[in-house]
Amino acid sequence: MADKEPRIVFQRPKSLLPVQMHYCPGCPHGIVHRLIGEAIDKMGIEGTTVGVAPVGCAVMAYDYFACDMIEAAHGRAPAVATAVKRVHPENIVFSYQGDGDLASIGMAETVHAATRGENITVIFYNNAIYGMTGGQMAPTSLPHQVTQTSPYGRDVHTAGYPIRVCELLKDLDGVAYLERVTVDTPSHVRKAKRAIQKAFTYQQEKRGYTLIEIVGTCSTNWGMTPLESMDWMRENMLPYYPLGVYKDIVAEGYENIHEAAKDRAKNVPIVMQEAN
Amino acid sequence: MGEKVLMKGNEAVAASAVRAGCRYYFGYPITPQTEVAAYMSKIMPKIGGTFLQAESEIAAINMLYGAGAAGARAMTSSSSPGISLKGEGISYMAGADLPGVILNVERGGPGLGSIQPSQQDYWQATRAMGHGDSRHIVYAPNTVQEMADLVYLAFDKADEYLMPVVLLADGLLGQMMEPVELPPEKTEFPEKPWATTGHHNKRPHNVANSLYLQADKLEAKLRERYARYEQIEKTEQRSEAFMVDDAEIVVVAFGASARIARSAVVSARAQGIKAGLLRPITLWPFPNDVLEATVPQAKAYLSVEMNMGQMVDDVRMAVHDAHPVRFYGRTGGVIPAPGEVLDAIAKLAQEVGA
Amino acid sequence: MSRIIVDETYCKGCGLCVDACPEGIVELDQTRINAKGYHPAVLVDEAKCTACSSCATMCPDMAITVWRS
Repeated sequence: MADKEPRIVFQRPKSLLPVQMHYCPGCPHGIVHRLIGEAIDKMGIEGTTVGVAPVGCAVMAYDYFACDMIEAAHGRAPAVATAVKRVHPENIVFSYQGDGDLASIGMAETVHAATRGENITVIFYNNAIYGMTGGQMAPTSLPHQVTQTSPYGRDVHTAGYPIRVCELLKDLDGVAYLERVTVDTPSHVRKAKRAIQKAFTYQQEKRGYTLIEIVGTCSTNWGMTPLESMDWMRENMLPYYPLGVYKDIVAEGYENIHEAAKDRAKNVPIVMQEAN
Repeated sequence: MGEKVLMKGNEAVAASAVRAGCRYYFGYPITPQTEVAAYMSKIMPKIGGTFLQAESEIAAINMLYGAGAAGARAMTSSSSPGISLKGEGISYMAGADLPGVILNVERGGPGLGSIQPSQQDYWQATRAMGHGDSRHIVYAPNTVQEMADLVYLAFDKADEYLMPVVLLADGLLGQMMEPVELPPEKTEFPEKPWATTGHHNKRPHNVANSLYLQADKLEAKLRERYARYEQIEKTEQRSEAFMVDDAEIVVVAFGASARIARSAVVSARAQGIKAGLLRPITLWPFPNDVLEATVPQAKAYLSVEMNMGQMVDDVRMAVHDAHPVRFYGRTGGVIPAPGEVLDAIAKLAQEVGA
Repeated sequence: MSRIIVDETYCKGCGLCVDACPEGIVELDQTRINAKGYHPAVLVDEAKCTACSSCATMCPDMAITVWRS
């Protein structure tokens, strides 16, 4: 049987610039960046996409993506993204944020962009630690987890319990789609890719706010090899932050967040009145 | 053209901003400027603009940052404590060379302070809106007409110089009603090829950013930006001179203080004191040239402010301490009466033999 | 023949591809280092490569291009 013409079946997406990224060896940030790039390429939206970079390890994402990019102040990416989307509603706008950016300093912006049902996609990389600044405790750090600012382990009596972001946001009417994924195996990576693409598709279809939480590792600050940190993540983070779809209003049968919200409040006269 | 309407200062600012092409307003309620947000909330939906009551003044300034990056004419407003919250966002706008207009309708401070008018944010406005080396044009209106005229100008200057521009008003100007002629609706706007609009496969990507991890690159960027600031200092100074030509006591005052000082100057002249009023309209760039020109005939300067003495330092610098520079002020939300200012002028005149 | 090309400019020797390869034919070359000082990943038995792309799927640095024939 004659050999078929060799062809490329996997390569760097066009929407990721051919530059070296500064992430640590084995850091899954690079995988997630690639998945976003693959979605942008597949959907042909590089020309109309604007990404908003956080403060944190991904701060230089503006140098990695080929689409227009904005560097936001720490935690404020959802506010910046909101404005960009309001100015250019036909553009695809995404933010890329870590634990501190999204769930600590930026918690108000996170909750309110979701509340407003902004048609943006938030990519949330959760590795239970603040990487860029050298490994401090995050809102998603686990009880007893040793970090630079919890050197005896996270003490729940002082610092409370970790925030489960998907669970926190799911009851906001402005949220159309929430899924928590991870990227520790090729199978999980492919699932994460589908989730990210679905989020962008929902944005294109104006369904409402979408967020994909990726449970990831930080081998440098956890003090492990990349493979060891994948193991630790599987053993400790996945049971605490279960993978799965936390909200999908389209799967529930609604066109968008407005239909879902109206149905939820169908006994409330002021909600049901026709617009003036 | 030529029609005058009676409007509240806060509303005149909003109405004029819209005519300047502002189609995005992000704000949060705080006394004494909430009428700006309320007015914008009514008008924006009618003209296809966006009014967004943000979750905080911090979110609002970051929305302004995003809208500016995306190429829009956008505005935010607040009062003193809310302006403090905007510090980081304004610094980011300065560091990313982004346009935007920020209105501060000052109240008493520091802290929660009072809700009455003050000029206590002069230093903040001219020195410390945000961290880092930066300057931005600061306009100080003193009538409702100037509230309208200067915000209209602010949008043009913000786009021209790629910087956040500040309008420093106070609660008196925000709340008072005066006849105002609103400027004409703008229809032409400058191109913004640098904006993050999506590259549409026609150009390399645009990046709005203020991070420069290589110190020498950041320094180079700053020197480039400061060359622009120098240009502004040469060409954008604005002021109004009232009876200054032969003045021996030059009163320097802006905003609401200037209205009061003007009455006092008139009364002083009636008493035979050669007083005059130099009213800065730009607080940055400070009208150094015009002030310096008064040195030959002036005998003393009196800075009249609604604070504990902030602009007085700039007056001293402008005249190089050639003559005594004194200060008279009330603070905490208290507005001086013309009689008090007249007394201060008279006292200074006696001190220097004017 | 199916094979992978590893662009050593990007490879950081993290080993995720080595672990992911179902055929066990990707290794970090311990005999040399790239310009950044990492032991780059290499395909050690091209005949066994099925172009499954598991390695490339796991690579955080997009260092791997996969050819199928």
